[in-house]
Amino acid sequence: MCDPILGADDLKKHFPLHYGLLHRVRGYVKAVDGVTFEVLPGEIFGLVGESGSGKSTVAKTLVHLYGATSGTIWLKGRDVSQLDKRTSKWFRREIQMVFQDPKSSLNPRRDVMSTLEDPLVIYGLAKSRRERESIVRSLLEQVEMSSRYMYKHPSALSGGQRQRIAIARALAVNPSFLVLDEPTSALDVSVQAKLIGLFVRLREELGLSYLFITHNLSLVRTIAARAAVMYVGRIYELGPVEQLFRHPVHPYTRTLIAAAPVVSQAEERVKPRKMSRGGEIPSLITPPSGCAFHPRCSAAETRCSEELPSVVEVKPGHLVRCWRAQELANSNGLEDAVGRGEPASNMRNTRRP
Amino acid sequence: MAERSLLLDVRNLHVHFRVYEGLSRVLDGVSLQVREGERVGLVGETGCGKTVAMKAAMGILKSPPARFPAGEVFLAGRDVLKMSPTEILAMKGKLIAMIFQDPLSSLNPVFTVGQQMFDVIRYGRRRAGDGKRAVRATLRRTAIEALLSVRLPDPERMLKMYPLELSGGMRQRALIAMALVNRPRLLVADEPGTALDVTIQAQILELLKGLVKEAQIAVLMITHDLGVVREIAERVYIMYAGQVAETGQAMAILDAPEHPYTKGLMASVPRLTGEVLAEGIPGTVPDYTEAPPGCRFHPRCAHRMDICGERKPLPVETAAGRYVACYLYGGESHV
Amino acid sequence: MMPSDQHGLRKPEDSRWAAFRDRLSRGWYKFSRNRISLIGGAMVLFFVFLASFAHFVTPYPHHAGAYTDFANAFEPPSAAHWFGTDSLGADVLTRIVFGSQISFMLAGVVLGISVPFGIFVGLLAGYVGGKTETLIMRITDIFLSLPALVMALAICAAFTPSIDKAMLAVASIWWTWHCRLVHGITRSIKTEEFVQASRVLGASHLRIIFRDILPNCASPIIVKITLDAGFVILVGAGLSFLGLGAQPPAEDLGTMISIGSKYLPERWWMTVFPSLAIFLIILGFNLLGDGLRDALAVEEGV
Repeated sequence: MCDPILGADDLKKHFPLHYGLLHRVRGYVKAVDGVTFEVLPGEIFGLVGESGSGKSTVAKTLVHLYGATSGTIWLKGRDVSQLDKRTSKWFRREIQMVFQDPKSSLNPRRDVMSTLEDPLVIYGLAKSRRERESIVRSLLEQVEMSSRYMYKHPSALSGGQRQRIAIARALAVNPSFLVLDEPTSALDVSVQAKLIGLFVRLREELGLSYLFITHNLSLVRTIAARAAVMYVGRIYELGPVEQLFRHPVHPYTRTLIAAAPVVSQAEERVKPRKMSRGGEIPSLITPPSGCAFHPRCSAAETRCSEELPSVVEVKPGHLVRCWRAQELANSNGLEDAVGRGEPASNMRNTRRP
Repeated sequence: MAERSLLLDVRNLHVHFRVYEGLSRVLDGVSLQVREGERVGLVGETGCGKTVAMKAAMGILKSPPARFPAGEVFLAGRDVLKMSPTEILAMKGKLIAMIFQDPLSSLNPVFTVGQQMFDVIRYGRRRAGDGKRAVRATLRRTAIEALLSVRLPDPERMLKMYPLELSGGMRQRALIAMALVNRPRLLVADEPGTALDVTIQAQILELLKGLVKEAQIAVLMITHDLGVVREIAERVYIMYAGQVAETGQAMAILDAPEHPYTKGLMASVPRLTGEVLAEGIPGTVPDYTEAPPGCRFHPRCAHRMDICGERKPLPVETAAGRYVACYLYGGESHV
Repeated sequence: MMPSDQHGLRKPEDSRWAAFRDRLSRGWYKFSRNRISLIGGAMVLFFVFLASFAHFVTPYPHHAGAYTDFANAFEPPSAAHWFGTDSLGADVLTRIVFGSQISFMLAGVVLGISVPFGIFVGLLAGYVGGKTETLIMRITDIFLSLPALVMALAICAAFTPSIDKAMLAVASIWWTWHCRLVHGITRSIKTEEFVQASRVLGASHLRIIFRDILPNCASPIIVKITLDAGFVILVGAGLSFLGLGAQPPAEDLGTMISIGSKYLPERWWMTVFPSLAIFLIILGFNLLGDGLRDALAVEEGV
């Protein structure tokens, strides 16, 4: 097993809340509350969760848009939890990010050429304007856009095209890792499919690794090798996507997959049964004690509200943060059988968790 | 099954806009129908004209800049395009309710949920010709009932709350309550789940489906999300670039699409079962000021024939209630 | 309505200049759709033209400045003097045009000083944030809470009245409006994804301020300057009316109104015409500003 290219260890990001006349700190938004994972070189690692799960904050903390409150970050073997001037220059050229909203990810006042030559100017990657122009042309080619768009403004581009420019901008510094924060969520299905194709190709051509963040479970299933499920600032399940989707263990994961919108009967059949009792996603300022899912969980025990569950490896590479992880993993086969509508006689004891 | 009456009947609607580049021919002969108690989905990607079609059908499309060179829209038998805004408003109040995409911007942040609900109820009663002014107690009772029907906990307290105090899911429920409280015959929903989380959206859609089934309310749901369509709609219209590509039972179309566009679309949807994804559909959406003649999808279609670029295909009935506008399935051309 | 790859790129924009020309013509299209703003624009152009070429367009350019001809004083409007003559015998029309010169100059100087300063301070406050921001914005708030005219009055009255003191007085409070405008924009843009993208790319703060934030302030600032021009002229005229601004014989419109008001209602032309002039100038700027706001907003339009 080769070394991971990126790793986070017990990463936390708490945002202080200031209010009142003197702006004193009166609480914290615990957006990320202890997240640990690794991405292997050349891998697409998926990070899924709903709003408020903290997945976007993880992304932004990893690229140092926010300073982490605590925890470590590793990139290509170097500790990048704190950035000094020298590490910063190296860091910024190794890891880049593509953002979610095509409407605001590009400066509306700058044309494509201006946006794309920015990184070239910052890092002195070209010696003359002509050289910059030619590099920008090749960047556009890489993201499959005609150079006729070089002097267009974002308002003249479609959502898909803007995202391509955003990708080109990220690629301009020649990074080895891309953080993709819901890069296709605002796009139509067919445009999304094209862009995903582009991502896959770029990964092969340029040897990139991705952290792919999304709330679209079907998308993660399709392109990621491994994935982690986040809820209220923590990861509650992590593993190879095959495992995660065929045999989800954590009640939240099961609920999430069960709620995913699907377009065919075949997909309906592979869905697990949800294990939630309804309810809303809790606040990040006052998250539930212990396991954050316990108020909604149909399998919750008293322990769940008292102590944060520790991580259990139910299968190699498949980690679950739940007090009943092993138990749920074992009864998985039976549960899924029920879900598929197999005859009851096949089951020895159907215990409803 | 007895023929249910037509609530919305759009016939061969053409809508043009005057823009900087020239004339933008957004809708090119769109026809759709919604019957009493039916749940219909209007599906298409960004820019396909579904919102324009919906607005034109509701009589809320500003004209100018919109122009209606051809086609008709009938709401409960009355010709919308020929009615004045006041008449449309009067008719709509009794007939139609709308819910939009973002529950936060649909609710007025400076009024409580209760105040907004009372407004809606009062307005509805006035429109229904209920002469006497509603007594506050009646308003409260009706509002609380409505909130209960959307399974909002503690309705009395909810009446005093402001929209910003509620979560996205609760706001959407409140909106649904407001939309349904006056018992409309048609509910028009424009991308209702988009701003919500997946688990919440699932809850809301389930709720909505239950409510409209029970009250026999017709639904016109406009969305680009095929998963949502499958959940809610019985029948669906697939739109592309201002034309209706195909229409029929939602399940049938999703499971076995016929029009090349729909096929391309379905192949591009990521599956929970993890199959390899197609890479979208080659080409891009046309510019409405220079829209291709005939079938507007033909430049991107792998099966295109000469006639496709000459004349627009008329819908062909390939199965009961199922129509495809494509020469691959035969049919004469549109003159 | 949707841009496309194969079909619709009308002109390949292979040069920045071509693209700029295209945007310009689009902007003009949007602007010219609105009759009112065209009228405003025409009015402003007209008055500025008059003021710039005062010497050549007025019937009696020598009547400007210190001129006396008591024999022809207080003439009502006639063919020879369209707007009549004033108490010193000078042609009112000519003096209005020269007076408007002074008003425009006032606006130019005031805005020329206060706008850059306001932008600088606003950017600083918005970008740096924290205590600096609080300090700057509270000072701004204090200035803003006092009516411009009153403040200018107070400052002017402390010195011997003259046009330059008036300009300084107005400029010393005007910067606050632009500061607040730019501060607000900076704060909101700071959180936009493209600024975050620039930070992730490793752009320096200066680079972000000048290439990302400032260009996005351009349109609102232009609109505000246009609308301000009218208002500054009004404040300046107000000061002059009270005797604290332009002094005779270099009168601006406000001074003329002040002097002329002594002779109301019999010699009405000495008051009415300068008043009309101010009114139309300010109206022109307002209409133009409104039109620009719509045109510029749509041009960036997402």
